[in-house]
Amino acid sequence: MKKRDPELLLFHAPLLRQGMTTPKAMRDVLVALAPATVASVWFFGLSAILVLGSCIGGAVAAEWLFADRKARGESLRDASGLLTGLLLGLTLPPGLPLWMAFLGGFIGIALGKVIWGGLGHNLFNPALLGRAFLLATFPIAMTTWVPTLADGGFLQIYPGNLALPFMQAQVDAMSAATPLGMLKFEQEVTPLAGLVFGNVSGSLGETSGLLLLLGGLYLWLRRDLDWRIPVSILLTVVLFSACLGFFDDARFPAPLFSVFSGGLLLGAIYMATDPVTSPVTPKGAWIFGIGTGVLVMLIRVFGGLPEGVMYAILLMNAATPLIDRYTQPRVFGRGDDPE
Amino acid sequence: MKKNESYEEFIKGVWRDNPVFAQVLGMCPMLAVTNSAINAVAMGMATFFVLVGSSFLVSSFRNWIPKQVRISCFIIIIATFVTIADYTLLALVPKVHKELGAFIPLIVANCLILGRQEAFASRYPTRLAVMDALGMAAGFLLALFSLGAVREILGDGALFGVKLFSENFEPWVIMILPPGGFLTLGVILLFFNWIKFKKDEFLEDVAEAERSGN
Repeated sequence: MKKRDPELLLFHAPLLRQGMTTPKAMRDVLVALAPATVASVWFFGLSAILVLGSCIGGAVAAEWLFADRKARGESLRDASGLLTGLLLGLTLPPGLPLWMAFLGGFIGIALGKVIWGGLGHNLFNPALLGRAFLLATFPIAMTTWVPTLADGGFLQIYPGNLALPFMQAQVDAMSAATPLGMLKFEQEVTPLAGLVFGNVSGSLGETSGLLLLLGGLYLWLRRDLDWRIPVSILLTVVLFSACLGFFDDARFPAPLFSVFSGGLLLGAIYMATDPVTSPVTPKGAWIFGIGTGVLVMLIRVFGGLPEGVMYAILLMNAATPLIDRYTQPRVFGRGDDPE
Repeated sequence: MKKNESYEEFIKGVWRDNPVFAQVLGMCPMLAVTNSAINAVAMGMATFFVLVGSSFLVSSFRNWIPKQVRISCFIIIIATFVTIADYTLLALVPKVHKELGAFIPLIVANCLILGRQEAFASRYPTRLAVMDALGMAAGFLLALFSLGAVREILGDGALFGVKLFSENFEPWVIMILPPGGFLTLGVILLFFNWIKFKKDEFLEDVAEAERSGN
């Protein structure tokens, strides 16, 4: 009989058990997203499940396809592909054709993660990269929003979902503007209660502000989240819109409307805080958050698009290595020279 | 033997040392004019003509061109052919000429062409130089066409302007925009590098097997 090697584990000095591992952190984020996901299914019915499922399918397929043959199981086990797919799905309109959702998930992982060298090496948030690709590729389908379901319409599927691969969605009779779109193009303000509880038109995960905040609170309690980033983003947005309101109350959005509308909460809590693509130093986190908040407001108020969270975060992702470099703490005893 | 030699020069440009896929030369026209197959092919043909013509002339004159001023001599020869190609396209296909715009005169600055003159045509006899130019130009044309075809099929659902799908094909807008060029080229380069990697791996395995066999 072959003798089995004894299992020897050697550790160096701090012998405290290190609780945090990548799969654990990913699972925490999935748990934190659960309420918002359930809410999206509640508001958009079966369509939400189909769109989210297609995104996750695309992401996991890319992860599996491009993994090293020996490490295939390994890369799927940490659930990062699943999380990317879910996050991407939550930023998509509910009536999007399923093949586009699948493609978005696939591209997000392939171009956003695998090509950089896998988990932990990417410059941009993979979910947002997938969304940016979809928005540039299918601008019409990506900006066709549908209203939330009426009561009892759970099994009803938006006709756009079922378009055949490579084919257009049939022209959708029912469409609805998002709160930000209504403000920008029709000067109509959505009541705050709808924004907080989520019964508004928009992408799957950006409807209910309250549940997203709840998930953020959970992540903060579990220490999975650098609180500086969401706090600085939200504070910047509130201050920026308060200043704007000072000039012209009617034209610019109120501070709370700015916070709860669009994908700001989803982006600020779950995407900007991606530990891979955000600065590691505390000072850097503040700079990153303030920069994102300013860009969001600039795009929303002065840009051509109603929503700017995605581009704001992607732009700040690109600036992250630079921020990290200039916010390195001074090494004790080395003088002012960081070298 | 002599026949094999010229065949070798030809095939190396089309495949093994393909100017785009292996040497990554001539990126400017590659990315700029491949938004449809017809533009890509027109560009490829113009480059083909210029490269073969100038390689022939440079190789014939190679013993009379003084070393110190060779680059300017090459450029003058290339520019002559570019001007001919420019006016020919303008006369035959004015629409395509308009779409290609400044990129036809810019063929003169295509590093692929000058590179071939400097590295090959000015050192080898005419027959080999022409074979080399034919191979490189065919490889360049092939690369332009494959990029243009992929981008037109995805971006417009058509090839050479002929619709391939039914009415409600969803065009991938990004594919006919500049990012689509970068994406497609990147994916194609990735594919070629993968083939090369697999081939090297295979050759290594064979060598290993031979060593252990002996």
